Amino acid sequence: MPSKNKAVPPKTPLWARITKHQIIIPIAALLALALFNLIADPSFFRIELKENSAGNMILSGNLISIIDSGSELAILALGMTLVTAASGGQDISVGAAIAISGSVMLRVLCGNNSHPTSLQAPIIVALLVACLVSMAFGAFNGALVAFFKIQPMVATLILFTAGRSIAAWINNNELPIVSDETFSYFGNNIPGIPIPTPFLIAIVCFIVTWLFMKFTNISLYVQSVGVNEKTSRLNGLNPEFIKLMTYVLLGLCVAIAAFIKVSRISTINYSVVAKDIEMDAILAVALGGNALSGGKFSMSASVLGAYVIQFLTTTLYKFEVKATALPAYKAVVVIALVVLSAPTVREKLSQLSKKFRKKAPAAKAA
Amino acid sequence: MKEDSLLEMRGIYKSFPGVKALQNVDFTLRKGEIHALMGENGAGKSTLIKVLTGVHVKDEGDISLQGKGKVNIHSPQDAQKNGISTVYQEITLCPNLSVAENIYIARGKGGLVSWRGMNKKAQKLLDSLGIAVKATQQLASCSIAVQQMVAIARAVDMDCSVLILDEPTSSLDESEVAKLFVLMRQLKERGVGIIFVTHFLDQVYEVCDRITVLRDGQLVGEYEIENLPRIQLVSKMLGKELDDMADIKGEAQPEIDKSSTPVYAAEGLSSSEGIGPYNFEIRAGEVNGFTGLLGSGRSESVRAIFGADKVTGGKVKIDGKDVKITKPRQAMAHGIAYLPEDRKRDGIVGDLSVRDNIILALQVKTGFFKPFSKAKATEFAEEYIKLLDIKTASVNTPIKSLSGGNQQKVILARWLLTHPKYLILDEPTRGIDIGTKTDIQKLVLKLASEGMCVTFISSETDEMLRTCSRLLVMRDRKLVGELTGDQLTQAAVMNTIAGGEKNAE
Amino acid sequence: MLSVTSSPEGKLKAPRSRMTDTNLLTAITIVVFIAMYLYAYFVLQEGFVKPQTMLNLISTNAYLIILACGMSLVMITGGIDISVGGVTALVSMSCAVYLDMHGGNVYVAMLLAVGIGLAFGIVQGFLVAYLKIQPFIVTLAGMFFARGLITIIHTNPFNVENKDFVELKDTRITLPDFLGSTTRRGRFIPATIEIGVVVALAIVVILFVVLKWTKLGRNFYAVGGNRQSALMLGINTQRTTFISHVICSLLAGIGGFVYFMHVGSGSPSHATGAEMNAIASAIIGGTMLTGGVGNIIGTLFGVLSLSLIQSIVSSVGLDQAWWTGITIAAMLCIFLVVQSIIIARRKKANMKAANVKVPKPKEAAS
Repeated sequence: MPSKNKAVPPKTPLWARITKHQIIIPIAALLALALFNLIADPSFFRIELKENSAGNMILSGNLISIIDSGSELAILALGMTLVTAASGGQDISVGAAIAISGSVMLRVLCGNNSHPTSLQAPIIVALLVACLVSMAFGAFNGALVAFFKIQPMVATLILFTAGRSIAAWINNNELPIVSDETFSYFGNNIPGIPIPTPFLIAIVCFIVTWLFMKFTNISLYVQSVGVNEKTSRLNGLNPEFIKLMTYVLLGLCVAIAAFIKVSRISTINYSVVAKDIEMDAILAVALGGNALSGGKFSMSASVLGAYVIQFLTTTLYKFEVKATALPAYKAVVVIALVVLSAPTVREKLSQLSKKFRKKAPAAKAA
Repeated sequence: MKEDSLLEMRGIYKSFPGVKALQNVDFTLRKGEIHALMGENGAGKSTLIKVLTGVHVKDEGDISLQGKGKVNIHSPQDAQKNGISTVYQEITLCPNLSVAENIYIARGKGGLVSWRGMNKKAQKLLDSLGIAVKATQQLASCSIAVQQMVAIARAVDMDCSVLILDEPTSSLDESEVAKLFVLMRQLKERGVGIIFVTHFLDQVYEVCDRITVLRDGQLVGEYEIENLPRIQLVSKMLGKELDDMADIKGEAQPEIDKSSTPVYAAEGLSSSEGIGPYNFEIRAGEVNGFTGLLGSGRSESVRAIFGADKVTGGKVKIDGKDVKITKPRQAMAHGIAYLPEDRKRDGIVGDLSVRDNIILALQVKTGFFKPFSKAKATEFAEEYIKLLDIKTASVNTPIKSLSGGNQQKVILARWLLTHPKYLILDEPTRGIDIGTKTDIQKLVLKLASEGMCVTFISSETDEMLRTCSRLLVMRDRKLVGELTGDQLTQAAVMNTIAGGEKNAE
Repeated sequence: MLSVTSSPEGKLKAPRSRMTDTNLLTAITIVVFIAMYLYAYFVLQEGFVKPQTMLNLISTNAYLIILACGMSLVMITGGIDISVGGVTALVSMSCAVYLDMHGGNVYVAMLLAVGIGLAFGIVQGFLVAYLKIQPFIVTLAGMFFARGLITIIHTNPFNVENKDFVELKDTRITLPDFLGSTTRRGRFIPATIEIGVVVALAIVVILFVVLKWTKLGRNFYAVGGNRQSALMLGINTQRTTFISHVICSLLAGIGGFVYFMHVGSGSPSHATGAEMNAIASAIIGGTMLTGGVGNIIGTLFGVLSLSLIQSIVSSVGLDQAWWTGITIAAMLCIFLVVQSIIIARRKKANMKAANVKVPKPKEAAS
């Protein structure tokens, strides 16, 4: 057999490696958005240190608002990426699950009275209970997907339909309000720290995720299960368990996102809280260049994707687009991005540029 | 274009990212001939056929058809319209539709479906071809062989001038192959040109008139069948003289110490797939094999050993100690490795890199909380790429872009990396080129001489005779015989499989 | 004709053929619906004894029948369309604005509805079929776009007072006498349905015929069953996918107008969650999201079951708002689990059939 082994593949330059990597998609989108804002109004990027109503010095500006309000989405994107990779489908119940998780939190904090003057339980207890409940619902979704082999979107349709109703049920259709200053720190600012707390929480989540991926085999296992379940099983993995686990982990992300959401306004409106966030979370994964049909994934690209979506939202607000009309503009941008990154389109474009390059010297010669 | 040629392909080029699949290939099909297209895996046969049927669009070159001149074929539809019909190796029918629909879909004029007419016509066709299936049955509930015959029925029923058969016989039994050959000769009489791709040389010499050989994406030549004896055909396919094969047999089988404790011993093993209960043991340095017809239970037997199917009973001892193996994970923990029969379905993790594919099993074995560093993983991968001579651009290349033989080597590397005591290879040589086949057989013998025990399964009996020192014969999911030493002859194996007289012992 | 029956087998015995997956799942749905209706009729009685109750239910959900038909079609082809709710709402808002504020003509409004549907269908179909972008992403953007566009057209809900339209909206079709009922005072009230019901049933019939007896219809099943095989069999899979999306969106346009005729107003919050109800109906009706399996009659019964169970739930005293969501979810859950179990068992049976003894030729290549 002729041996044509290349001993060492030639080192590809960093630039080429980045452009080939899927992370180029969210980076390009981010740059395009930034450039657009830079041309339209450079003051978009101004960051100021201001005093807020409580008398604390905080940073403010569009960029700060992006990293602040993008936190929940970015945290959800972490879990959604794993779910997508392992099960080749998406969880569309995260918004509803946030409503449930937030309601549980408030129920624990407020007890039976919907407007208590003091907290009825420590915040950490409420958070833990909410995490457990949320992970249990994640396990429910995961079990349907893993053991009953129902397509993820359909399986999570159940909780999507029931979630907000369950949330209403938990608090007897009332809207409890927490009046505790410490609780509101988590959704706003801790006195003395000018950076919004949600962003700090998100950073902690990223670091934990990064450590988790570095010190465990989660990434290899999840990708392997996502690409070929049968092979994974024959190599000693338990695909059902791994799928279940990704849904439970997403449940954990949901609880943390719900914690931030509830803390921001100290109450919850279960019918509108985190509305459409499932769509944004899925878009974040897609924008990160991850195949929605599962398999290989890049976590950092998903997170970047989440901030791109938030960047877009904030940019649109800046141009005084109504909140309700926002989806229309988002849709146009998303389609433009997806079309440009579609393999068929890219192929056509590269063919075109090749033709163009071929023609150019020919023209010169003539 | 020549007078009697139906189809001419001239100067065909086709490349995929990183691979030049076809380079300046010519191919001519004459009226009323059966033309074999031969070559090793990765030689470009499938690509050439897919170019012809419009699945791939050629980069350069011309395709001309009789009476039509140069044609552009951009889709399977174009091919059908031009009178080219195809049967592929994999079943390319829709499992959710009925047999009749699969035969008639996307054919004929008009926009309406007449179910009664279609079912009647289909049933008549199926009956005339001797295919035992109801036209109204859902395709998914038919056996693979019947599905393949349905695909053939569809192809021959179309009014085609060129019929392409791309390894259609791999899932058919002898009587079905015989039926197919009758059909092929009838079509030939009518002047249809048939392109026939197969791995079975006997079949080539039985029905074909002419042979075109491809190697590494290039044309080797076109030959009349009577001018090309078998041995020359093989050396043309390989590009070298065939002497490697003989070497293997020369090596003496190492003596096995019968009194030693078996590495693996099972008593009354049975699985949910209807296997057993059967007894089995293997000692260090031994190579044995399960043989029997496809479906006799030889694959299911080793799957039961590895815990790949649900184990329903039996006692297992490893090195004399009682152990429980019901899951692949447990088998791996006890030093058993299993290379599955269906590479694409059970073996590779297509989108992942060669590196990830190589380290997968060992990584699972070491545990969830102990990942290898990237450098370590690359080191492992490169070591085995070198050892097994795997042809890949780099360790980062996705395994799915490798050729079949190299994919098989990667999976072999995966298991060798776990340093198993007992290696199970189920059809490691299926669908890969002869060169790699020989390599793998040599490797098996080398591993055994180093003290590993190996179970080797192959549909090709002579491969097993060459490598195994003991053969276990299966029939109807039961162990029916055991052959060792002098009994290891083709005739004895056939006899036991067929269930002739009880083996003299 | 070719023949090889010179073989000694003589008359061949074919295995018994079983019910197809499609028919089995449809049959289950119909049985469940009938059981529920009998329960309501004999146990709950109340309004259920009167045929008019059921007819009202159908009138209210006529639009959903139309949407679910379109949804089934894309799902059979192996895709999904979550923009149908958005298109429905967009159609009703556009027609409302056109009729009320521009004094428009009812017939032109109908054309407008169809036009909006077609426009969505063509764009989405092109992106999915020819640029090969995941249908989930494309139609998600479609939904965002439609919802956003509504508020750009008009922000607040309002009732349409156009004379011609109100006349059309109030038109009722009287059914034969035996379906009518008599009040306690002995006055006879004939049974009536809205025009929308006729439209919906017509669409059900047309689509049923198309799917069963036209080549195009069978191509939908083939493409959904196995896209690659369908391509190899010579089906233009791209065009088939394109057409499925065009028809689905077109039906969303028509369904939107039927919905508009029922509610008689325009509002951004119209038809929220309609896409999910349509998906749920299709699934309950036996359509599988994996493609290739489904039946329009099943879908019809899916919609009916879904609406019947809602009214049963509220009439047994569970009239809190959240119970609706929870029951639909529970029903969906039960159906999915049952479907998954049935399919798994059949697959096992098929596997057994596929693995029957196949002896292999012994010749080898070496």
